[in-house]
Amino acid sequence: MTAWLTPRNALVAGLLVMLALIPVYSAVTGNTFMMTLFTRIVILAIAAVSLNLIMGFGGMVSFGHAAYLGIGGYVVGILAKEGINSGFLQWPLALVLSGLFALGVGALSLRTRGVYFIMITLAFAQVVYYIANGLDRYGGDDGLTIQKRSEFIGFMDLSNRTFFYYLCLVLLLATVYLVWRMVNSRFGQVIQGARSNERRMRAIGFPTFRYKLTCFVIAGVLCGLSGVLLANHTNFISPALMHWTRSGDLIVMAVLGGMGSVFGPVIGAIALLVLEEALPHLIGFVTHVFTGKEIAAAKEYWQLILGPMMLLIVLYARGGIDSMLGRSGRG
Amino acid sequence: MLYLIEQCLNGIQLGMLLFLLAAGLTLIFGIMDLVNLAHGSLYMLGAYFAATFIALTDSFLIGLGLGLIATLVAGMVMEVIAIRPLYGRDHLDHVLGTFGLLIFFNELVRLIWGPEGRTISLPSEMLTAVQVLPGIYYPLYRLIIIGATLAVALLLYVLVMRTRIGMLIRAGASNREMVGALGVNIKLLYTLVFGLGAALAGFAGMIQAPISFVQIGMGENILILAFVVIIIGGIGSIRGAFVAAVIVGLIDTIGRAFLPDVVRMFLSYSAGSSLGPALSSMLIYTLMAAILVFRPEGLFPASSK
Repeated sequence: MTAWLTPRNALVAGLLVMLALIPVYSAVTGNTFMMTLFTRIVILAIAAVSLNLIMGFGGMVSFGHAAYLGIGGYVVGILAKEGINSGFLQWPLALVLSGLFALGVGALSLRTRGVYFIMITLAFAQVVYYIANGLDRYGGDDGLTIQKRSEFIGFMDLSNRTFFYYLCLVLLLATVYLVWRMVNSRFGQVIQGARSNERRMRAIGFPTFRYKLTCFVIAGVLCGLSGVLLANHTNFISPALMHWTRSGDLIVMAVLGGMGSVFGPVIGAIALLVLEEALPHLIGFVTHVFTGKEIAAAKEYWQLILGPMMLLIVLYARGGIDSMLGRSGRG
Repeated sequence: MLYLIEQCLNGIQLGMLLFLLAAGLTLIFGIMDLVNLAHGSLYMLGAYFAATFIALTDSFLIGLGLGLIATLVAGMVMEVIAIRPLYGRDHLDHVLGTFGLLIFFNELVRLIWGPEGRTISLPSEMLTAVQVLPGIYYPLYRLIIIGATLAVALLLYVLVMRTRIGMLIRAGASNREMVGALGVNIKLLYTLVFGLGAALAGFAGMIQAPISFVQIGMGENILILAFVVIIIGGIGSIRGAFVAAVIVGLIDTIGRAFLPDVVRMFLSYSAGSSLGPALSSMLIYTLMAAILVFRPEGLFPASSK
């Protein structure tokens, strides 16, 4: 047993406290932007954690994970457009459809491996993307504004922004807990065994295909949930939800945070999305230091830094932020 | 009937374009085992370089030539600086690292050329249409694209199958340690192959530019199609890439041209206009999924390693 107070645990605890206090900060300072940003971060963290379940622990690199964001979002959006606002109907349907889609994609994709797997998952996501583009009634490629958030009459009210934030946070924590339990269960051990040596797992009698497929479907459902929340958060859906670069972003979050741990992708999601907001200001600050005045134009080009940064992380910090802090054991 | 022939020619032309991209991708993939998401950036760079040089020199052909050289150099520099450390890493690293490069190049282009796109106008002598069959006129420039690409394909074939460097490329694809052990400068070989792939992608971007538009991110969607092509054709196989590119080009174009009418037979007119393109895109990905399930190595698997 190692000491509890490692830098890594301190970071996790610190982040959790910070996440819990965001609405308080927002209420005290009146800074609603922070609230919006962090609601988004928490929601996308759910997606990143779900991706990490199959990618980090199962070795299944899905390049089409944003498709489930889209499915979750579009179920909410389409039902809302048709006048069905009840969350009791929207949410289960979204999760079931995400799961069914994952079942179909997984059943076909898991026959392949390596780069073929990456590409076939991407291909299926592109199919969904083009379907969404073709849905003229639901906005086509312009997207669709959702007039009303999901209604849970007599149960909860999502239009309260603070409540919605805490709901997302609770769901994120529940997701992390669920994935953590799964990873450390017999099921999770089989999945990880199949990642490191599938033939051996099969030889000792595990039907690895079924295990991996189950894992794939669970990840799909969790990411579908993230899509449902995202649609409710932005009150808007469009095919851009599932553009292939969005799937890339999710992979970046998982890797940036650290694929070896359950909580890593949460760190990654916070890091990437905060970085996206902070880099322009950072550039402005640096230009201010060097030239004496802030060069506003330079702030636009923050992605010039983000791109190479991703390459450097891949090259030199493969374990992500999490392992830099000396993670001990899985958790 | 006339419409069908015209659409077939359009499909072949798109196929040629895809082939140029896919040939580079498949070479890089087959030889260096590298998944390069930034290949579409080279397509974009090629178009921007050509647009700039054409504007500078006032000559379409000289502009293309200079653009091609610039893309080749850009590709080789990119390989030496950013790509080389990625060799031998797993595919996830490639996807991430080159995804970062893609973001970088999009931004770099915005910085250098600005957010607004460019157009390349054709010299007037290429603007005519020629009679390909009695009664069927087809834009000359599109025929030139088809012809030029066929010539490039032939050159590539000769280069890979009939020259010493091609022999090394093929040898490097089947056993890189052995080639290295025999005293071949494998690093240089890789840089050359990457440069070749970059030049092919850049060429595709610049010859397509007069038909469409030069803009940021122009290489992204077509890159995904090129990946589909190399998966269908079999990774590492140039012949496979050629056949698959033509198939994908034809399906995409003919699907876009005719599926809306097919949908209209069953549903409303507007449903046809919106669902048709979506369906034809789906058709391609479905074909790829089917190929992966039933022939996981693609139509023309490169000789086993």
